[in-house]
Amino acid sequence: MVINLKKMSAEQDLLAPGHRLCAGCAESIVVRQVLHAVGQPVVVASPTGCLEVATSPYPYTSWRVPWIHSAFENVASTISGVETMYRSLVKQGKMEDKGIKFVVFAGDGATYDIGLQFLSGALERGHKFLYVCLNNEAYMNTGIQRSSATPLGAWTTTSPVGTAIPGKRENRKDITAIVAAHDIPYVAQAAPHAWRDLITKAQKAIAADGPSFINVLAPCQRGWRYPPEETIAISRLAVETCVWPIYEVVDGEWKLNYRPSPKKPITDWLQSQGRFRHLLTSENRHIVDALQEIVDQQWAKLLERCRV
Amino acid sequence: MVSPKVRGKPVALDGDRAVAEAIRQMSPDVVAAYPITPQTEIVMRFSEFVANGEVDTEFIPVESEHAAMSACIGASAAGGRAQTATAGAGLAFMWEVLWVASGTRLPIVMHVVNRSLSAPLNIHCDHSDSMGARDAGWIQLYDETVQEAYDNAIQALRIAEHPDVMLPTLHAMDGFILGHGLERLELLPDDAVREFVGVYKPEHSLLDVDHPVTYGPMELTDYFFEHKRQQAAAMERALEIIPQIGEEYGMLTGRYYGLMEGYRLEDAEFATVALGSTAGTIKTVVDELRDQGVKAGLLKLRCFRPFPATTVAEALGDKKAIAVLDRSLSFGAQCGPLFLEVITALFTHGFSPKVLNYAYGLGGRDIVPAQIHQVYKDLIDIDREGLAGPSLRYLGLRE
Repeated sequence: MVINLKKMSAEQDLLAPGHRLCAGCAESIVVRQVLHAVGQPVVVASPTGCLEVATSPYPYTSWRVPWIHSAFENVASTISGVETMYRSLVKQGKMEDKGIKFVVFAGDGATYDIGLQFLSGALERGHKFLYVCLNNEAYMNTGIQRSSATPLGAWTTTSPVGTAIPGKRENRKDITAIVAAHDIPYVAQAAPHAWRDLITKAQKAIAADGPSFINVLAPCQRGWRYPPEETIAISRLAVETCVWPIYEVVDGEWKLNYRPSPKKPITDWLQSQGRFRHLLTSENRHIVDALQEIVDQQWAKLLERCRV
Repeated sequence: MVSPKVRGKPVALDGDRAVAEAIRQMSPDVVAAYPITPQTEIVMRFSEFVANGEVDTEFIPVESEHAAMSACIGASAAGGRAQTATAGAGLAFMWEVLWVASGTRLPIVMHVVNRSLSAPLNIHCDHSDSMGARDAGWIQLYDETVQEAYDNAIQALRIAEHPDVMLPTLHAMDGFILGHGLERLELLPDDAVREFVGVYKPEHSLLDVDHPVTYGPMELTDYFFEHKRQQAAAMERALEIIPQIGEEYGMLTGRYYGLMEGYRLEDAEFATVALGSTAGTIKTVVDELRDQGVKAGLLKLRCFRPFPATTVAEALGDKKAIAVLDRSLSFGAQCGPLFLEVITALFTHGFSPKVLNYAYGLGGRDIVPAQIHQVYKDLIDIDREGLAGPSLRYLGLRE
């Protein structure tokens, strides 16, 4: 699968400009990259979330491809129905096989939390679709509330920095590993600054014979508290600090896609965003240490899984 | 009445199996369902049809009822026929997405086997589940017999897909009483059902990739209200369409269906109103009372949503006293949901007969002829002596 940037940049974006996502939002960057990789014909589904409300304010739509939103939690079931209907109609000879591909773009709230059951069910049943998690590590659409993707110590509006509790008390869960445990053909983590890596992953994922999943870090300038022009730099920093390693699991084989050298300290990551600012005081030093330890442990575990 | 075009095959089936047969004959493109007592047999039987290659349907064995309805939404938006079946807690679990299905104007068909809602846990029949969904924008038909469950299952598809309607449609049969009750019914030949349901040609489809459509947009204060009004208008049009399809089905089978059925109602002085299988018990009592010279009658409501207010008011307006039987409670309300509709219809059409409301049969509590006799006796009493005591009474309750 060759990536021809010149050709790709001349192609029409399948997500039209004029949508209402914030300046510096990573979501539209990721959506456009992935749809370039997937190509047409494609049907897209999104749950309730930033992307959904920003791209479909009736009577306008930003979607140049068929697109469906049903509710917050059920996008995996919704795309299951669409994909199954396609197979049914083709099998019965009611429509020709056009090689239609099915892609979900969902936030972390819809993926890690409220939609987990639905995602798990769809993966177990083996529907052929690509599920892209646009992971901005909190409920941004409703105003920056904590999700199970929010890291330890982070400020959100439901894990506020109070006099008794300094931000979120629990660390995020590893949804990518949870998805990989479903033994689906293709699972990956990616980040928008590594566009070639992301596009390659989307191509591999859509070509997989069964469900595929890419968890893409989607820096959110409003929720993470950084200037909007720094989204790509923040994305890079997440990978350089090993806060967000990029890797893939192909038919059960774990493969590391990038190894930072040197591995930057967690403090670089924490200093870059206002949501962690309160951690950089002496009384919260133990949280910073805990975060570094978690990153180190998870990185070591990943290296072991990837046999590097 | 003309003789039916096709001769049905007499069989003995319970309601679940009869509905499974109807689904097989309609052969929807996608069925997504999750098992729950007392609907389980529908899913089990239909899974056998799939396993034996007897249907073209793709079956999605989802991990929950919420996923079942969500998958039906996706499947229906993709331009084919989608159906599901559920009961009780399963219908309650779907509640949010029932509104999505109707608001997106997707002609999904759902077979409901009525079951009470927890707590306490109870698997038996009452109408709490479907009444809980009464405002969700679905057409609701109620079945008196296994034959009606089969017939309504098939007609539901035609009603839902009618271009003037385009609303999801459910029919509800009483759990266990019909769902597991063995009755004689006539099954249509497969090809007659195929011909009756015809070919579905949606105006829009997600899979029509050359004409991309955005389904399920966000609408705020500027358009939402107008779209809800359109849904209400579609319900109003369904009042015309449902009897038309019932007539067409009657021409085919000899079994004609309207919005309601009056049983010895026209000249009755004392009438009851009921949904579902209880209507059968009431018919027996009406016959007994008629033999005793009491002018008793029954209004069996087939179509609860849309509510045929004018039809009901005209059928009941001249009665001396009316009892409405509700198989669900609306806690804190003055009455059950069926009573509320009947009384509103009467009042807005200028009628004010004496009325009583009975809550009965919750959690599958038996309703027996002696209790129905008591209802008619109460009606005669209040006609003679005026209403004393509460208008909402409990039938068959140990107090």
